[in-house]
Amino acid sequence: MADHVLSPNLAVDREADRILKAQRRRQIVSATFRYGVLTLVGLFMLYPLIWLVGASFKTNSEIFAGAGFIPHEPTASGYVNGWKTSTPYTFGHFFWNTFLIVMPKIIGTAISCTAVAYGFARFDFPGKKILFASLIATLLLPNVVTRIPQYLLFRDLGWLDSYLPLWVPSAFAGDAFFVFMLVQFLRAIPRDMEEAARVDGANTWQVLLFIVVPLLTPALISVCLFQFMWTMNDFLGPLIYISSVDKFPVSLALKLSIDTTEAFEWNRILAMSVLTIMPALIVFFLAQKYFIEGISAGGVKG
Amino acid sequence: MSGDNRFLGLVYLSPYIIGLMVFTALPFAASFYLSFTDYNLMSAPVFTGLDNYWKLFTGDRTFRKSLWVTLVYVFTTVPLKLAFALFIAVILNYKLKFINFFRTAFYVPSILGGSIAIAVMWRYLFADVGIVNMALQGVGLEPVNWFGDPTNALFTITLLRLWQFGSAMVIFLAALQSIDKSLYEAASIDGAGKFSTFWHITMPLITPVIFFNLIMQMVQAFQEFNGPYIITQGGPLKSTYLLPLYIYEEAFKRFDMGYASAIAWVLFVIIMVLTVIAFWSSRHWVYYAGDKRS
Repeated sequence: MADHVLSPNLAVDREADRILKAQRRRQIVSATFRYGVLTLVGLFMLYPLIWLVGASFKTNSEIFAGAGFIPHEPTASGYVNGWKTSTPYTFGHFFWNTFLIVMPKIIGTAISCTAVAYGFARFDFPGKKILFASLIATLLLPNVVTRIPQYLLFRDLGWLDSYLPLWVPSAFAGDAFFVFMLVQFLRAIPRDMEEAARVDGANTWQVLLFIVVPLLTPALISVCLFQFMWTMNDFLGPLIYISSVDKFPVSLALKLSIDTTEAFEWNRILAMSVLTIMPALIVFFLAQKYFIEGISAGGVKG
Repeated sequence: MSGDNRFLGLVYLSPYIIGLMVFTALPFAASFYLSFTDYNLMSAPVFTGLDNYWKLFTGDRTFRKSLWVTLVYVFTTVPLKLAFALFIAVILNYKLKFINFFRTAFYVPSILGGSIAIAVMWRYLFADVGIVNMALQGVGLEPVNWFGDPTNALFTITLLRLWQFGSAMVIFLAALQSIDKSLYEAASIDGAGKFSTFWHITMPLITPVIFFNLIMQMVQAFQEFNGPYIITQGGPLKSTYLLPLYIYEEAFKRFDMGYASAIAWVLFVIIMVLTVIAFWSSRHWVYYAGDKRS
């Protein structure tokens, strides 16, 4: 600024001032544009969800009466009636069923994928290249092509109408994506500590359990969270394998309530939809850092 | 680690190897065989040669319609979604306030998008008297018959996928943030404009990520099921009857396992051919750091 005042050449000075101002103006215009776009897109992203939650508290006559999301006469009747469902079971029963699928699937995934990723990242063995190539190939293999024989296999095993077909493949490191993600993560961790432990006489199993697993924890949390989301959202799997209503997970129960609910009981269906997405939403907000990191580290489907 | 049995790694891999054999490789081969059979679950599969495929390509109008709709769906959804995800990621990559808020807001739909509940919500949003039509009328436009008209119905399903652009965006954003800032400084000293900087520096550097997103989104789009199943049930006039829906109904409604396998294999071959084309063409447009090519 001192130079500015003392500058003998006023014309140059004014010119510089003009350029600065123009630059400023351009910056303001482009910032406005950016925030404008982001806000508008944000509105399109979030308003449907906000509307969904609001509408689930509306009376049936109000749901299609206006575009606002605030209910004029808030009512919990959608939740009360929806929770009862049109089956002998409450919606809580279906949540419990979902839990019975999610839990073994997450635990099986975490254990099997850790072991397999450790094997890939830290050992040399015959056939490693081919096996790793097969991992990439399964990553790209569309499920649609294996689904029918898998169904026949599980039928022959007597697993139809049970939860086994939904989680057992995952417990055999069936989700190649997670193995891949953990291998990438492990490769970036230096091996010094593991080698020191080996020198001190630990075997590979102890190294895995006491050194690798603690280091791998953040990545493992991402794996568990994604598996949780995908299993909660899974619809086609239960649709194919689960046939008795008392074993339905929430996704099937919601579909059932659409099919059986009286056509005008909209708030009941909306209320059940809100409940269905609630667990995923809560988990996401509690742990979103792991989602963003997981997805940025390995790239993810979705 | 040296000194270990050289087969020790295979012990750790054993769950994967068993799973690969039992749940992937075996079903994969079986599926190929079944596609040449007539199999309705009641009696053993009967080998019928190319009959299924012959019927598919000469006599099955539902298949032709379904295949066409699937291709239209994939070739509109994937490019639109990637372009939009990249556009938003570029904007978010400027030093902005509230970037975390926006990133989260844009990502939430991807987390929930596959859920049946969201498909249900979509049905309400795009209903004749739903809020989408209310909003259109609010700005003076005609309401649209979203589910009654074949073109609109498919577009509604596409919009549901576009709404879930967040995961592709997060991947783009991570790639953009990892670009060395000094490259931009050098470009600006050389007098490069914003557009040419983006085109000549940013784009080449993120081509690996574009390639990754392209493959993933494509494989996924070809397998879209929940949206059309819940929102439109494949209608009207089979305009949203994507191949996965057709396969599902042939296999698990009509229990025509052989025919369904043949459709699945056609779908698989299409995905594979497009993936191979993408990989092959990637030599010409994907840039890997450290690569000698200019």
